[in-house]
Amino acid sequence: MLRIQCPWCGERDETEFHYRGDASRTRPSADAGMAAFSAYTYERSNPRGWHQEWWLHVGGCRRLLRLTRDTQSHEIRSVTPAGR
Amino acid sequence: MRGPHRLAPGLLTDAARPVGFCFDGQRMRGLAGDTLASALLANGRTLVGRSFKYHRPRGIVTAGPEEPCALVDVIGADGREPNRLATTLALHDGLVAESQNRWPSLRFDARAFNDLVSRFLPAGFYYKTFMAPSWAWERVYEPLIRRAAGLGRLDANAGAHPAPAETLHEHADVLVVGGGGAGLAAAQRLGERGFRVILAEQDMVLGGGTLLDARWDAWRQGVCDALGAAARVRCLARTTVLGAYGHGVFGALQVLSPAETLQFGGLRERLRIIRARRVLFATGAVERLIAFPGNDTPGVMLAGAALSYLRRYGVAAGSRPALFLNSDQAYDTLFAFAAAGIGCAGVIDPRPQSLAADRARAAAIEVHGGSVIEAVRGRGTALRVQIARLDGRAAGTLAADSLLISGGYCPQTALAVQLGATLHWQQSIAAFSAQLPAAIGRLAGSARGVFGLAAAVLDGAAAADAIAADLGRPIAAAGARPLPDDPQVTPIAALWEVRTARARGKAFVDLQNDVTSADVRLAQREGYEHVEHMKRYTTHGMATDQGRIGGLVGSAVLAQARGVALSEVGRSKPRPFAQPVAFAALAGSEVGQHLKPWRRVPLHDWHQAAGASFVPTGLWMRPLVYSRQPGWEPVLREARAVRRSVGITDVSTLGKIDVQGPGAGQFLDFIYANTFSTLPVGRARYGIMLREDGMLLDDGTTTRLGPQHFIVTTTTANAAAVLEHMEFHLQAVCPQFDVVLTDVGDQWAQFALAGPRSREVAAAVVADLELSNQAFPFMAAAAAIIAGVAGRVFRISFSGELAYELAVPARHAPLVWQALLAAGAPLGIEAYGLDALNSLRIEKGHVTGAELNGNTSADDLGFTRMLKRHGDFIGRVLSQRAGMTAPDRLQLVGVRPLDAGQRLRNGSHLVAREARSTSLGYVTSSTPGVELDGWVGLALLAAGRQRVGQQLLGVSPLHDEQVELRIVSPHMLDPENARVRA
Repeated sequence: MLRIQCPWCGERDETEFHYRGDASRTRPSADAGMAAFSAYTYERSNPRGWHQEWWLHVGGCRRLLRLTRDTQSHEIRSVTPAGR
Repeated sequence: MRGPHRLAPGLLTDAARPVGFCFDGQRMRGLAGDTLASALLANGRTLVGRSFKYHRPRGIVTAGPEEPCALVDVIGADGREPNRLATTLALHDGLVAESQNRWPSLRFDARAFNDLVSRFLPAGFYYKTFMAPSWAWERVYEPLIRRAAGLGRLDANAGAHPAPAETLHEHADVLVVGGGGAGLAAAQRLGERGFRVILAEQDMVLGGGTLLDARWDAWRQGVCDALGAAARVRCLARTTVLGAYGHGVFGALQVLSPAETLQFGGLRERLRIIRARRVLFATGAVERLIAFPGNDTPGVMLAGAALSYLRRYGVAAGSRPALFLNSDQAYDTLFAFAAAGIGCAGVIDPRPQSLAADRARAAAIEVHGGSVIEAVRGRGTALRVQIARLDGRAAGTLAADSLLISGGYCPQTALAVQLGATLHWQQSIAAFSAQLPAAIGRLAGSARGVFGLAAAVLDGAAAADAIAADLGRPIAAAGARPLPDDPQVTPIAALWEVRTARARGKAFVDLQNDVTSADVRLAQREGYEHVEHMKRYTTHGMATDQGRIGGLVGSAVLAQARGVALSEVGRSKPRPFAQPVAFAALAGSEVGQHLKPWRRVPLHDWHQAAGASFVPTGLWMRPLVYSRQPGWEPVLREARAVRRSVGITDVSTLGKIDVQGPGAGQFLDFIYANTFSTLPVGRARYGIMLREDGMLLDDGTTTRLGPQHFIVTTTTANAAAVLEHMEFHLQAVCPQFDVVLTDVGDQWAQFALAGPRSREVAAAVVADLELSNQAFPFMAAAAAIIAGVAGRVFRISFSGELAYELAVPARHAPLVWQALLAAGAPLGIEAYGLDALNSLRIEKGHVTGAELNGNTSADDLGFTRMLKRHGDFIGRVLSQRAGMTAPDRLQLVGVRPLDAGQRLRNGSHLVAREARSTSLGYVTSSTPGVELDGWVGLALLAAGRQRVGQQLLGVSPLHDEQVELRIVSPHMLDPENARVRA
């Protein structure tokens, strides 16, 4: 069970959040083409270790957070609001 | 109450309170404070069960949760509960228990025949034998195996418990797991410094190893008193930490005592979910067995368990025991028995010399140094123990009435390993110990491999100091308090298995699963070399005891077979739960109606009073039809009112998202596949949204209420997902849009007023708004006063009829609804439920979740023209993949039986008459026609649009039905849309 330090609500259980995927992916520009959108939608590196990921605090402030989390130890190194 | 086995009242038993109980139909007496196991031993019972596979007779081996053999069924007023451990089951008056896995009786078991043919039942036997023919598995093999093997049986007829368990959430600075010397000392120090501490102890009392040494009674009492007085320390006995889930979250199961269960109205268990900043594992060490032939004979018990029974319950597990030991600590049992006046048949110790052996000899006890036991014969109270020298020479036999064994002690590291602790081999204690990162917590005492009570207490205090410093509130050094001395010891000599030439017969490494050392070697020979593979091949370490007393022995046998060091083999990974947990304990009070919350629409009470039957859709309870009468007649009556005059339905469950801001139009253009920025104020538009992979996500109408203000509706089922989808994209992908999203789904009640005469009803209740077709045409929207309430009117239709949706603040829903009913009464207005709503939309060809099923593209459902040509939107690029518009994809069509008397079924496959084994698609929705003759349905059909006009078969093999169908356009009623524009 992850405990996530929400910058707005404080430390909360993982069950209050929804995982929203790999935060290292940036949506391609509209004219980037099929290959770029295919990669954005389907290709993931699935690292063992540090990983950037989105978590939406649906059971709280409904803000989107960018976590840096170790996929092996589950340590969370940083939590920042989206867009910062 | 004394007897040959009960020497004196123990620490925990109350001689003044005898307790009657029944085991296998035999009435017996024990004392309050006994466990079932101690009471059985006090009654001289050594045989308490039959083993899992070979049905060998088994006795009580341990005195705690690590017990592999003494599992019983408990028969209570509410049914039979299997696999309860006699060693932890508190005795209470009237307890009825039965042994398991024996037939017809414990003393004579028919399947003990398995033992005689055991050479044909090796590890992996099931995999190898029950292979072919494949049909036989389900019909013959599995029922046979299930009857012959397995532990206790679940009672399918067990009564319903009103409230057997509850769930509690706990927070602490430090969770101390284990209330032995180390845990108590740590909790006391942390408590004195003002930390919030939870101490969880699986035993019914605190004390751990200090309970087994009278010199520690005063210390223990002092600490327990101090903890009882500490305001911020909570000590929970009978509480087992079941699992460690990371980030300081732990699950713990508290089993209430029989007295507490009475006090709390039948409550039996509490699941405590504990969140702590740091954890201290003072979980102690568990004694392990030695593998030698006959080590499962009833009467063979772990030495530490015998000490527990003697000290805690005053019960002697034998009046002339032999002991087989390899460490000085295990001699404590010998000295305690001697002090209680019990003579010993002899001690067998593989170590040639030791300090403890010297002390034993000084007390005139015979110690066979440098020796092992190579066989045990007999059973019950007449055991003959065959001794051999380490060099293999026979060294005679001993006659004993019990055999107490100890192969050393394994620190209990399972919970720490769940948190990522690594194991290190420690030769000095012949066991693995674990270490945790300080940010998570620590281990202390024998859980860390620090043996000896005084050493453990000091280690616990030191760990507490380290944790306190780590949490930023260091503890000042305390003056040393005098503690009883730990005796000097000679180190343990590792001994896993006795393998002399005469050591023949089964030497068990796992008593619960009947796994022998030979099975482990067989697994290795057959290629299952990894400890995890060996575990799965042999089942070693599975089931209720998780192989606690023999796990390391199995690893050692495997290491020897592989010719590598034990440290290289390691142990199989321990996972939650640490002990069996009843589903009822996990469910807590979330049972029946409380399994999940119900969402009720504002008009729920009205619907109920009107006789609605409800259908759960997601969490919502929606009125299905206003009748208890089965069949389609009431549904069609409601739907026909809509087609012929006017009906009203509650659509409050639709998702409603308020979108405001300068960027609202552009944002919706990005979210939806069609355009909203060009929508005039006061108009609604149907929209579809895609996922980024190009598939349809949801549909609904969006209305522009102002230049920067939209209200979006979503389907009921997707309301939460669509909001989240929009929030995610607004924050992660296009934060440049100045937009605020607000979920207003619960704030607005919404009703659809539908039918050719709906305008008359709407006009009667809506003030300030001209509703003529010209002034307020199809897809118009406006704010208006509805029955005196400020609300909104939308001219949108899902039924295919002239229709209005009226939205009002939820609290005014009953008032407005009643006004609409009153206004419609002269026209015969009918309230209609979800079934009628569905019938109407199917006939009209509108899609819902059955068609928006996650596998359909815009093209599949005929929405291609809605995809905007210019500008970016989610799913735009990938929806252009060739495969998304391939002509042979499943496309939306209508289906109608040729014979109007035949019914359709959802899920029926569409096949061509000449190729019936090839499914071309399936029926997604179907209903008897409201206005059209016979049944009508929607279907997803390969190349469906090209097949319009063709005939196919709809087959439902489940119902043994087949219907001849005509493929038609999905717009079966009023394809020109004349009615909605009327």
